[in-house]
Amino acid sequence: MINALPPAFIFIVGGLLIPLFKGKARAAYMLLLPVLGFVNLLRLPMGESWVVPFLDFQVTLCRIDRLSLLFGYIYHLISLITVIYILHVKRNVEYVAGFIYAGAALGAIFAGDLFSFFCFWELLTVGSVLLIWARGTARAQAAGIRYFLVHAFGGLMLLAGIVMRVHDTGSIAFNFIGLDGSVANLCIFLGIGINCAWPALHSWLVDAYPEATIGGVVFLSAFTTKTAVYALARAFPGTECLIWIGVGMAAFPIFYAVIENDLRKVLAYSLINQVGFMVVGIGIGTELAINGATAHAFNDILFKGLLFMSMGAVMYRTGKINATDLGGLYKCMPWTAGFCIVGAASISAFPLFSGFVSKSMVMEAAAHHHLTVVWLVLLFASAGVFHHAGIKIPFFAFYSHDAGHKVEEAPLNMLIAMGITAALCIGIGSFPKYLYALLPYDVPYEPYTLSHVMSQTELLFFSALAFTLLLLAGIYPAEIRAVNLDADWIYRKGARLFYRLSAGLLNGLNGLADRIFVGGLAGSLARFARQGPANLLWLVVSPYLAITGHDALARAQAKTRLYADLAAGTLAIGFTALAIAVYAGILFLG
Amino acid sequence: MKKEHIFDKPQNVKRLLAIFFGCLVVLLVGDFFVHKHAYFAWEEWPEFYAVFGFVACVVLVLVSKYVLRPLVMRDEEYYDD
Repeated sequence: MINALPPAFIFIVGGLLIPLFKGKARAAYMLLLPVLGFVNLLRLPMGESWVVPFLDFQVTLCRIDRLSLLFGYIYHLISLITVIYILHVKRNVEYVAGFIYAGAALGAIFAGDLFSFFCFWELLTVGSVLLIWARGTARAQAAGIRYFLVHAFGGLMLLAGIVMRVHDTGSIAFNFIGLDGSVANLCIFLGIGINCAWPALHSWLVDAYPEATIGGVVFLSAFTTKTAVYALARAFPGTECLIWIGVGMAAFPIFYAVIENDLRKVLAYSLINQVGFMVVGIGIGTELAINGATAHAFNDILFKGLLFMSMGAVMYRTGKINATDLGGLYKCMPWTAGFCIVGAASISAFPLFSGFVSKSMVMEAAAHHHLTVVWLVLLFASAGVFHHAGIKIPFFAFYSHDAGHKVEEAPLNMLIAMGITAALCIGIGSFPKYLYALLPYDVPYEPYTLSHVMSQTELLFFSALAFTLLLLAGIYPAEIRAVNLDADWIYRKGARLFYRLSAGLLNGLNGLADRIFVGGLAGSLARFARQGPANLLWLVVSPYLAITGHDALARAQAKTRLYADLAAGTLAIGFTALAIAVYAGILFLG
Repeated sequence: MKKEHIFDKPQNVKRLLAIFFGCLVVLLVGDFFVHKHAYFAWEEWPEFYAVFGFVACVVLVLVSKYVLRPLVMRDEEYYDD
C-alpha cells in the first residue's frame, strides 16, 4: 500500500498527463483526478509529512492542520465542480493550466516552510496567466502580460522578504510571522498583499479576470486571493492594520461595481469586497474572527464561483457580457437564472444561504471588540454587495429590458456544475454546523437567532427597496459602454506617460550631451589638436617676432602664413627635412 | 404562437411588487416585536436596519453616479490607442 502523496503532486502531474487522453476517457480521467486527490487528502496524517532535506534545510511539503485542511477540502471541491463546468471545452490548455493552477494553490496551503510555499506561489502565477491567455484575444494577451508583471513584482517582494527573514532567523518555517518592524516581514506582508488584491494593489484582478476564459475565471476566482487569505491567516493573524486594509477592500469596490457595465467585472469588484471581510477577520485575529474569515473564504469560493459560472453560461450562449447587451434571458435560460439567484442570495447573506452563516461571524467579532467604524462600514458593504451582486447581476442579465437573445439553455455539464454549487450554497446556509465543524477553532456560534435573521432581512429588503425606487424613478445609473479608470491606470496610462517623460528627459539629455561633447567639446578639441603644432609653434614664434620689432600687421601676416603652411603640410615637410638634416649632421659629426 | 413569459404581463410585475411591498410592511411591523441582541446602542433603535439599508443604498448609488462616474468614466477605447 503506497503512502499518501502531497496533494499538489496529484494535480500537477495528473494535469500534465491530460493530453494523453481523448474524448470520454479524458473527461473520466479529469473527473477522477480531484476525487482521487480528495481520497488521498483524507489519508494524509495530521501534522507534518513529506519532510524532504533541501540544502541545509528541511522542506515540508505536507503540513496538515485544521486551517490548511479547510482550504484543502474546498480547493478539491471547486476543482471538481469547475472541471464539470468546462467539460464541453475541446482544447487541453484550459484543463492543464487549471490543474497546474489548482495544484499550485494546494501546494502553497500545505507548505510547511517558506521555500516550498514560495515555489508554489510562483507556480500559481504561471497557471493563472495561462488561463487568461487561453482566451486567445489580443486584450486577454495584453491583460495577461500586465497580470504577469504585477505578480512577478509581488513574487520578488515575497522572495526578498523570505531571503532576508531566513538570513535573520536562520529558519525557513512558515508559521506566525507578524509585523515586528523588520523589513523582511514587511516585504512578505506586501508580497502576499498583492495577491490578496489590497486597495491600490488590486487592479490586476479587475483588469485580468474579465479577460480570462469562461471557465478560467471560475478557477481564478477560487485560488489566488483565497491562497493569499490563507497565508495571511497563517502568518499575520491579529495584525491590526489588516482590519483597515480589509475595511477599504470591502468598501471601495462596491462603488465601482454599481457603474460597471461588464458583468464579470462587477463580479471581480465584488470578489475584492468579499475578500475584504476575510481580511478584516484576520486583522481582528480572535478565534471567532479567524473562523469567520476562513468560513467566508470557503463560502465565497462556492457562491462567487456560482455567479461567475452563471455569467459564463450567459456569455457562452449569447457571446455578450455587458449589461447593455443583455436582459430578458430568464425566458430562454431559466435554470441558469435560478442558479444565479441562489448565488446572488448567498453572496448577499440572505438567511438560509451560505453567506449568512459566515459573514456575520466577522461582523460579530468586530462588534465584540467595539470596532464601531469598522462595523458600520462592513454593514454598509453588506447592503452594497446585495445591491450590485445580489440585484444588479441577475436583474440586468436575466430580467430588465429584453435584449432579444433567442438562445438555448446552458449546456448540461454547466447546469450540473451550477446545480451542485447552488445546492451546496443552500445546504451550508441551512445546515451550517457541518461547515463549523471544519473550522480552525472550536468556538460556539449560532447564526440563526431571531434578532440576527430579522435585522439582516430588514437590511436587505430595504436595500432592495432603494434599488426599486431609484430604478422606477429613473435615477438608477443607466449602464453605459465605458471604461472606468482604476489603479491600473498608473501602469497602463501612467507607464506610457512615464515612458514619454523619460524619453523626453533622456533624449534631451542625450541631445545636450551630443551638443556639448560631440559637437562642442570634441569639436574644439579636434580643432585644437588639428592646429596643435601651429598653436605650439605660434607660442614660440610670436614672442620672437615681437622682440625682433615686427609690427602687428606683419605678425598677423606671419601667423596666417604659419597656419596655412602647417595646414597644407608644407612646413611640416620642411621641418622634417630640417630635422633629418640636423640628425644626419649630428651623425656625421659624431 | 409566441410563448408568453411570466413578466411579459404587466400585472405579474405589479403582483411581484405588491408582494415585495407587503413583505416590507411585515418587516417594519415585526421589528417592534423582536428583541435585538445588540452590541451597539443604535441597534436597538426602532427600524435601525431598515433605515440603514435604505439610506446606504441611496448614498451608494448617488455617490457612484454623481461623484465616481464623472471622475473615472472614459471612452471604451481609452486604453486601445
